[in-house]
Amino acid sequence: MTTSTETPSSTRRGPKHPGQRVAEWTDARLGLYKLGKSNLRKIFPDHWSFMLGEICLYSFTILILTGVYLTLFFHPSMSETVYNGPYAPLQGVRMSEAYASTMHISFEVRGGLLIRQIHHWSALIFIAGMIVHMMRVFFTGAFRKPRELNWLFGWTLLFIGMFEGFTGYSLPDDLLSGTGVRFTEGAVLSTPIVGTYLSMFLFGGEFPGHNFVPIFYSAHILLLPGIMAALLVAHLILVFYHKHTQFAGAGKTEKNVVGMPFFPIYTAKAGGFFFLVFGVIAAIAAIATINPIWTMGPYRPDQVSTGAQPDWYMGFSEGLIRVMPGWEISAWGHTLVLGVFIPLIVFPTVLIAIAVWPFLESWVTGDRGEHHLLDRPRNRPVRTGFGVAWLMLYFTLLIGGGNDLWATHFHLSIETITWSVRIGFFVVPVLSYFVTKRICLGLQRRDRDKVLHGRESGIIKRLPHGEFIEVHEPLDQTELHILTAHPQPQPLDIGPEVDENGVERKVSAVTKVRARLSRNFYGEHSQIPKPTVEEYDEITSGHGHH
Amino acid sequence: MKKLSARRRHPLAALVVLLFALAAIGGLYSALAPAPKAQADDSSSQSLEITEGRKLFSVGCASCHGAHGQGSSDGPSLVGVGSAAVDFQVGTGRMPAQQPGPQIQKKKTQYTQKDIDQLAAFIASLGPGPVTPTPDQYDPAGGDVAKGGELFRTNCSQCHNFVGKGGALTDGKYAPTLKGVDPKHIYEAMQTGPQNMPSFPDTTMPSKNKADIIAYLQAVDTAKSKNPGGFTLGSLGPVPEGLFAYIFGLGALIAVAAWIAARTTKAKKS
Repeated sequence: MTTSTETPSSTRRGPKHPGQRVAEWTDARLGLYKLGKSNLRKIFPDHWSFMLGEICLYSFTILILTGVYLTLFFHPSMSETVYNGPYAPLQGVRMSEAYASTMHISFEVRGGLLIRQIHHWSALIFIAGMIVHMMRVFFTGAFRKPRELNWLFGWTLLFIGMFEGFTGYSLPDDLLSGTGVRFTEGAVLSTPIVGTYLSMFLFGGEFPGHNFVPIFYSAHILLLPGIMAALLVAHLILVFYHKHTQFAGAGKTEKNVVGMPFFPIYTAKAGGFFFLVFGVIAAIAAIATINPIWTMGPYRPDQVSTGAQPDWYMGFSEGLIRVMPGWEISAWGHTLVLGVFIPLIVFPTVLIAIAVWPFLESWVTGDRGEHHLLDRPRNRPVRTGFGVAWLMLYFTLLIGGGNDLWATHFHLSIETITWSVRIGFFVVPVLSYFVTKRICLGLQRRDRDKVLHGRESGIIKRLPHGEFIEVHEPLDQTELHILTAHPQPQPLDIGPEVDENGVERKVSAVTKVRARLSRNFYGEHSQIPKPTVEEYDEITSGHGHH
Repeated sequence: MKKLSARRRHPLAALVVLLFALAAIGGLYSALAPAPKAQADDSSSQSLEITEGRKLFSVGCASCHGAHGQGSSDGPSLVGVGSAAVDFQVGTGRMPAQQPGPQIQKKKTQYTQKDIDQLAAFIASLGPGPVTPTPDQYDPAGGDVAKGGELFRTNCSQCHNFVGKGGALTDGKYAPTLKGVDPKHIYEAMQTGPQNMPSFPDTTMPSKNKADIIAYLQAVDTAKSKNPGGFTLGSLGPVPEGLFAYIFGLGALIAVAAWIAARTTKAKKS
């Protein structure tokens, strides 16, 4: 039942169905049939973790839809006005047009507050979804060839998404976000040599100036979403082009994809999921307040509140600045504010550390092959260890960013938390790396044990001579395959230290480092040899049962 | 006289004489000595309050603040702190202190209001200080809410948060939440500056402005205040919002994803 065989038969039966006529008209101009034929039956594998990216896609769509509604009523202006709206505690207070129009959206526009809250909750969930999606890709090794570029596209989406969120958070010009903008201005000012110029450019004069809301507005509704939409499309095209990765399993190879066709299964599933995501976010927005700007009041540089944090995705930069000692160097009439500048440098470094991992890994391991089967995280202890270490660093800094709230809610001293984060910044990632690696190796041993001896059944059997044993139940073929499908690469071999004549070979220092790192990846301390067929046969033959 | 002279060698005679002598000296002393109540400038009911307050003070406070409120290594001098400070500290249960720590905690009030007034009267008699406000001074009905909001954001929110939810200070100290605090106590705290709080005497913040701030807090931080956006998540800003987005937002969505992935079409056996 293909389209080509259908055409002559329908002409014979009489006039064409109007739907078919529309389809043919469009096909003649856009070539949809060919596109559909090659892509509609695209196969996608089924796993809940493959839907994390979809959460991001849908929350981004919700952000655009609700964002358009908000632009209809928002005035990106810093000119001063006096509030006369329905919210009594602010009546007669001077504020910017931006703040007044956000108050107007929240209290007077029909559905305005709900849309604002949907927009803001989606933003938090969008970026949270991107982090979780990225870590899924990381831990399963889905970033390997041929998907490194798509990994970078995704990472860039996260990076820009953080600033997209930050500019949006700053637009209402309330006391909380204004404090965040002031923070940003301080960070910009700390840049050596060009800091003051950059700040003047951004704010059009001394802080807060009259420019930053219009500038942030252009960036927030035009520049950044435009770049993000383009990257998103490229990201999705590459997912289609590369085909989706899958977990190892019976019948799944590097050359096929086992799953359901895009049409009609995934169009239905994905369409349904979109509405579920929209529904969950709308329900949350209807239940819980987010960014109640009316309680914060308009921004004034002479006012500040405690508990002034950025939205969570910028929280780790807040943590960096909160725990950094206030160092500064004054020389030749200039001040280098290390207490701010170092966090400003560490902030992108933390993010770049995870972005470059795929390239580092393929360089160290010398792996140039294509990979479409996903790794189980335990089978790549070094990568998993690094991922957990990175996440723990991130969480440690998040705790530093909320140090005041942890202090009040857990009855701790804020200095204790700050010092713990300072030490934790260096210690926690290292510890988590080694702990994770040990856990991975333990799990590998457990897998080996399960393959060779089967699963503990919990049944205690008494043998004729009186001995008690626990009956082990052998795994079925599918499970055995999953536990043994992963390849176990060998570390890089740089050859003997001396050549056949006993002369020392020249090996560059870089190669030596690479070989050492490679041994760390795939050496005997990083992977438990998986059971061989011989071992399995010997142990399951029934002789010498234990 | 015969009877008297006959008994003058009685063994108890010396004791009787001693008692008479003591009574005479005591009587003369009480008649001639400068009594403290003679210095009090007003009615005898207040002097009675001071006397009663002194008794309460000797029992409950003197061990740390000294027998005359002069202070010791365990507690500050109370000379000149005024009745407002006593009414705040004892009225909110902070005094008498229960245990040492970074900061004296608020707890259940230990004295009745009558006792507190007596203690306050005694402390006020030690030296001039801030006076307990009258109800019309702290009545939120008379305050300008919007003005109070501006004053609060300028002077208070850097420690107490936008709507008075409190916040952290150094070394385990903290600015407490202002929700549910009696307007009188808020007023007194501004007057006297308890613990780490700076004081805002009438010279820097007139009584009218204090009432404005109280009116603002009543509008935004009580069980009756309107929260048009739904649950406030503690009104603590982006940290609880982020936690909520992760746990309930992303958590729910991942649960939905797992549910969808688990319900899939089964491949037909051909």
